[in-house]
Amino acid sequence: MKVLVAVKRVVDYNVKVRVKADQSDVDLTNVKMSMNPFCEIAVEEAVRLKEKGIATEVIAVSIGPKNAQEQLRTAMALGADRGILVETDEQLGSLAVAKILAKIAEEEQPQVILMGKQSIDTDNNQTTQMLAALAGFSQGAFAAELTVEDGKATVAREIDGGMQTIQINLPAVISADLRLNEPRYAKLPDIMKAKKKPMDTKTPADYGVETASKVKTLKVEPPAERSAGIKVGSVDELVDKLKNEAKVV
Amino acid sequence: MSILVIADHHNSDLIPVTANVVAAAKAIGGDIHLLVAGADCQAAAEAGAKLDGVSKVLVADNAAYANQLAENTAALVATLGKNYTHILTGATGNGKNFMPRIAALLDVEQISEIISVESADTFKRPIYAGNAIATVQSEDAIKVITVRGTSFDAVADTGSASVEAISEVTDAGLSSFVGEELAASDRPELTAAKVVVSGGRGVGSADKFDIIYKLADKLGGAVGATRAAVDAGYVANDLQVGQTGKIVAPQLYIAAGISGAIQHLAGMKDSKVIVAINKDEEAPIFQVADYGLVADLFDAVPELEGKL
Repeated sequence: MKVLVAVKRVVDYNVKVRVKADQSDVDLTNVKMSMNPFCEIAVEEAVRLKEKGIATEVIAVSIGPKNAQEQLRTAMALGADRGILVETDEQLGSLAVAKILAKIAEEEQPQVILMGKQSIDTDNNQTTQMLAALAGFSQGAFAAELTVEDGKATVAREIDGGMQTIQINLPAVISADLRLNEPRYAKLPDIMKAKKKPMDTKTPADYGVETASKVKTLKVEPPAERSAGIKVGSVDELVDKLKNEAKVV
Repeated sequence: MSILVIADHHNSDLIPVTANVVAAAKAIGGDIHLLVAGADCQAAAEAGAKLDGVSKVLVADNAAYANQLAENTAALVATLGKNYTHILTGATGNGKNFMPRIAALLDVEQISEIISVESADTFKRPIYAGNAIATVQSEDAIKVITVRGTSFDAVADTGSASVEAISEVTDAGLSSFVGEELAASDRPELTAAKVVVSGGRGVGSADKFDIIYKLADKLGGAVGATRAAVDAGYVANDLQVGQTGKIVAPQLYIAAGISGAIQHLAGMKDSKVIVAINKDEEAPIFQVADYGLVADLFDAVPELEGKL
């Protein structure tokens, strides 16, 4: 079976972003960009499905600027067989991304689609569930464990009070939570090999998807800053402050 | 305007965040209906009928909704939701699971985890782990929104809404529930607790987390943890506080052995009073703490427990 894995180019998770002076967006000039950490986990899981002999081919797809091909090359260095870049300089909303992925799923007919549960830039946590809805597939969101056999997937999901296990029909869209696996590092020979793997470049128009968003960002501001308080010298002083100054105990 | 709030519940009771989501619905303004989709969920529906501001509770009581499988819940709400201008639910594990599926079925975008209502179509939400706040305006005919519960004060339970059963059943037949492992705990729920005591990697082991639990129990609070502590296996994953875990805003947040990574701060910096205990005086957690104590947590935490 084919496995499709979607990856997103985002600001590196170590970067503390700043808001532009005109409040139009955050400033990403000269900022390090990387593969979204949750997408790395999704790629790792896809590659493991291939190593277990369940997947026959792993196709990585990214929707974003030309430079997103770097993240596709990373996915291929980690073990994806080929890449599809859907190139656009617009910042697409989750619904448009899900619509494009649904078209790709129609063309490629994967049985499992893996993606990260959220990207660390927009923090939306939507695309997996939207794609599953549009394609009419089942969904396994926030996966901590995945088993694929006999045309079904068993997914242990992180839920508020603990873990929930569900069984879902294939094809399915699965979103990776933090503890699904620990992604490997790409080895140098694999990075070299990945440069030769095939990569198609498309545009949203190739899939006939209207990308204009109905949600407009009016303003982006820095959050209210919390000022540092005081250092106390002892537990006694802390107890006194909590009781008499903050009055929270 | 007419607003549908989807209740978060355990069938036998309503999860407190629902009262915060109704508060967000009231801020938007309009006739508010509450949907309780579950199985044997009459008790949750009755609790929902008491929420101030709710005019009607819709109850979909069927085995298909027992475990809030996204496929079934979304199919139900995609039909019901066409009659509303807004559909709201909490940004909880359940809400995050089914809500985007509903939005896509209605062919509208979702606005995730709002922290304020500016007007009926304009909302604020954190992006980049809370390092920026975006004001967004939606032109969609139906606005599908998840709400960060801690940003809205819960409505009182002084209402008396009518309760109406929905007979329609949608079982997509795509998924089935296998089992659940829920952490048994007498402590308050993390996102609703007035006090949260959290431990980080500095605690060192699952056994040593005992001192964190003891202090939490002394204060009648919940226990939280950093991603590092969860990944190291000290505590269960549902205790993770941060960008991708739980968002908390208690009256008092005590961070013990936590350095203060931005992903963790994203989950707790709206707490009223923050106390940091860390032996590294350079730890970034001190930059957001109201009271910082540079000390070994293994000395300070038990001493604090004893003196409170």
